[in-house]
Amino acid sequence: MTKNSTMQIDKSRRSFMKVSLATGGGMLLGFNLLGCKPDSPMRAQVIPALPTPTQWFDINAYLKIGDTGLVTIMSANPEIGQNVKTSMPMIVAEELDVDWKDVVVEQAPLSQDFDRQVAGGSQSIRYSWPQLREAGATARQMLLETAAERWGVEAADCQVSNGVITSPTGEKLGFGEVASEAAKREIPTEVKLKDVADFNIIGKSKTNVDMEGIITGKPLFGIDYKAEGMKYAVALRPPAFGQELDSFDGTKAEAVNGVEQVFQFGNKIAVVANSTWAAMKGKKALEANWKTTGTLENSELHSAALKEYANKLSAEPRRVDGDIDKGFEEADFVFEKYYEAPFLPHACMEPMNFFADVTEEGAFLSGPIQTPAWTQDRVRNVLGYSEEEMDKVRIDMSRMGGGFGRRLYGDFSEEAALISQQAKVPIQLVFSREDDMLAGTYRPASAYRIKAGMKDGKMIAYHLTEAFYNGSMFGAMPSNFPAGGVPNYRVDCHELKTNFTTGAWRAPYANFLAFAEQSFFDELAGELKIDPIDFRLQIFAEAKENPVGEEHNYDIDKFIGVIKLAKEKSGWAANKDKKNLGFSAYYSHNTYVAEVAELSIQNDFPVIEKVVCAVDCGIVVNPLAAINQVEGGVVDGIGHAMFGDFEFNEGHTKNINYNNYRLIRMDEAPAVDVYFVESNNDPTGLGEPSLPPAGGALANALAAATGKRHYRQPFIKFMEELKG
Amino acid sequence: MPEYTLNINGQSKKVNVDADTPLLWVLRDTLELVGTKFGCGIAQCGACTVHIDGQAMRSCSIPISSVKDDVTTIEGLSPDASHVLQEAWREHDVPQCGYCQSGQIMSAAALLASNSNPSDEDIDDAMRGNICRCGTYNRIKKAIKTAAK
Repeated sequence: MTKNSTMQIDKSRRSFMKVSLATGGGMLLGFNLLGCKPDSPMRAQVIPALPTPTQWFDINAYLKIGDTGLVTIMSANPEIGQNVKTSMPMIVAEELDVDWKDVVVEQAPLSQDFDRQVAGGSQSIRYSWPQLREAGATARQMLLETAAERWGVEAADCQVSNGVITSPTGEKLGFGEVASEAAKREIPTEVKLKDVADFNIIGKSKTNVDMEGIITGKPLFGIDYKAEGMKYAVALRPPAFGQELDSFDGTKAEAVNGVEQVFQFGNKIAVVANSTWAAMKGKKALEANWKTTGTLENSELHSAALKEYANKLSAEPRRVDGDIDKGFEEADFVFEKYYEAPFLPHACMEPMNFFADVTEEGAFLSGPIQTPAWTQDRVRNVLGYSEEEMDKVRIDMSRMGGGFGRRLYGDFSEEAALISQQAKVPIQLVFSREDDMLAGTYRPASAYRIKAGMKDGKMIAYHLTEAFYNGSMFGAMPSNFPAGGVPNYRVDCHELKTNFTTGAWRAPYANFLAFAEQSFFDELAGELKIDPIDFRLQIFAEAKENPVGEEHNYDIDKFIGVIKLAKEKSGWAANKDKKNLGFSAYYSHNTYVAEVAELSIQNDFPVIEKVVCAVDCGIVVNPLAAINQVEGGVVDGIGHAMFGDFEFNEGHTKNINYNNYRLIRMDEAPAVDVYFVESNNDPTGLGEPSLPPAGGALANALAAATGKRHYRQPFIKFMEELKG
Repeated sequence: MPEYTLNINGQSKKVNVDADTPLLWVLRDTLELVGTKFGCGIAQCGACTVHIDGQAMRSCSIPISSVKDDVTTIEGLSPDASHVLQEAWREHDVPQCGYCQSGQIMSAAALLASNSNPSDEDIDDAMRGNICRCGTYNRIKKAIKTAAK
């Protein structure tokens, strides 16, 4: 709970390091823009309300205050479209008590000053909430104490508001007037954090801090980066998983106007040119021979293997309560279904790219990356630097044109570094769309078999079996709903292996598991002729009254809270028999979401009219942006459940551009109505949680409309069923 | 290499590039007007949308040698970011990642120039060629309607 609380400050925390150094002697900031051009994405785009300071004073790693009172807040985490570059500085500004219009935000580079500079798992706000508040509150205290000392009064008797400190007798000092002295003060060991009721920035909508740059076409993104002497590079990679480079002839590529270098690096060929277009033309002119050194896999075999394993018990089940065999034996009704999903590419709108300048002294890289620290280590490793030489690799983060998990993996940063090292020039590596689709880290194909046993209207047995390529559900996921509410419960997981590169994709595991589970519950409720919402609530009641087994991973009351809110806002009771509604609810990434999709059939094709979405993510930091995240997750989830078709044949996919890999478009996107549960709990995250329930809501609405069930994604592939 | 004279955002620019170079790469690499984005290279995603003679065109698929008319990019849509669509984009806080948004705005601007009061269907038709993986479609539509008022 966030209350009016006093927080003990851990001064060993790295975000205070700069200050402790600064207090030693003059803390003037030589803020290092690492040689960027003046219009680089590193620079703030917003025109501040106050005059530009002539001097900046470094209060801590997150904050510097100028002599005019202008405040710069560093955004430590990578911005991928989840809005952290706006919402995280809002938290600092709240505790600092500065007027938001007097704040400029700058993207921080990768730095030891910050913890967890990662965009992933919907954890940025949740993880950094205490640090960001501390950073603001300690700075406020230091400014306040400085002013109080100057006036010879008690700090506790002074007020701070909108960047101005007021003495008991009404004298005023702006932050800019005390910043130089404040920066030299000891960090307070205790600070008082604001009461939620006193928030006046958190909870109020603030426009994206990069808005002006985005709507006027400023160079914000990695692919926009330019540097003196920079060349453009593309790479030719093996056309199929299971193949390696045998030999190549670069003569024709070298003859292309603008191409400057062609060379092999590892298992790939680099083309370096004076323009992106020349590099792409050079790549097309390469003559390469590939040899098959591994298995050339295909989607049909994956399907068969998934099905085989989904029918097996594992040696080490992830969770066992009671005895499912006994439960199924005693059941008067047993229901079982099988669900399957394909590999999926991330298809970020900005293709993978990275800038690298590798010299004798070290490597400077800049670009779109969700994991700069991990990437620094990867790049260090491929360049042959020792662990002690970590500082030889510097990484700047640009705004990202989407990531969805793809930019967790810095393979493209490694490639850029290797190409620059070998070419001995600064380069920007750019993937064509086809490169991006072919060299993915795909969401693995997976399958779930779910079996439930009912007795006298109660669920007495539940068995979930997962078959998953290159991975397996982790952490507390086996204790998801309905764990705790069913006396005989078991989860089995099988990890299958593929030579495809795979990785996290928005809401890993949950993105398909939620669909399987929520489709299953809906269909089973139909078989039992129970209202599907009541059916779930019945299991929650069971879990609350007679909790089974070890802890379940969800909070029953919060889960019920979003379910009831979605029920109310969708007019479920009045509309469920009149309209084609589909209900779904899921807890993932610490956030609860319930959705009701409404659908009509027009010309044999489903039209998803609207999705009502209820969310409990604790305190909503920036409502306008939060709603945007929820809307986007729903549209993204529906789009991929409906259209995401990615097939492999002989280790290769033909779905390599948007003409044959279909993403949802404007005319297919439903309206999304978003409602938040009012809460004073610490905020969780929103980048992922609205996506997982969307596929289930859609499938359940489709079943209501057509009587047909979809068990495999994408639905479009099996849509001829609709016409039956 | 041949020399081409282009009229871009009201300014005359001379460029020396191969005849088959798509307008997109001339804008991005030669003129450093990087607001026009690369997305697919085959006119399927709309990220590279510019205006040629006022029409929304996919600059990734137009060779420089065939560009005869005036070109407007996102950088030249308005002198001070005051186009009604830019105002509406702010009001609705449209972008998430933001990458596709300059293409979205350029497609929408061409629509409004020819149809000052578009219906939902008109908007769908004009915007169907612009993909947004973040899923900001509802806000884009609302912003276009606000701008059309």
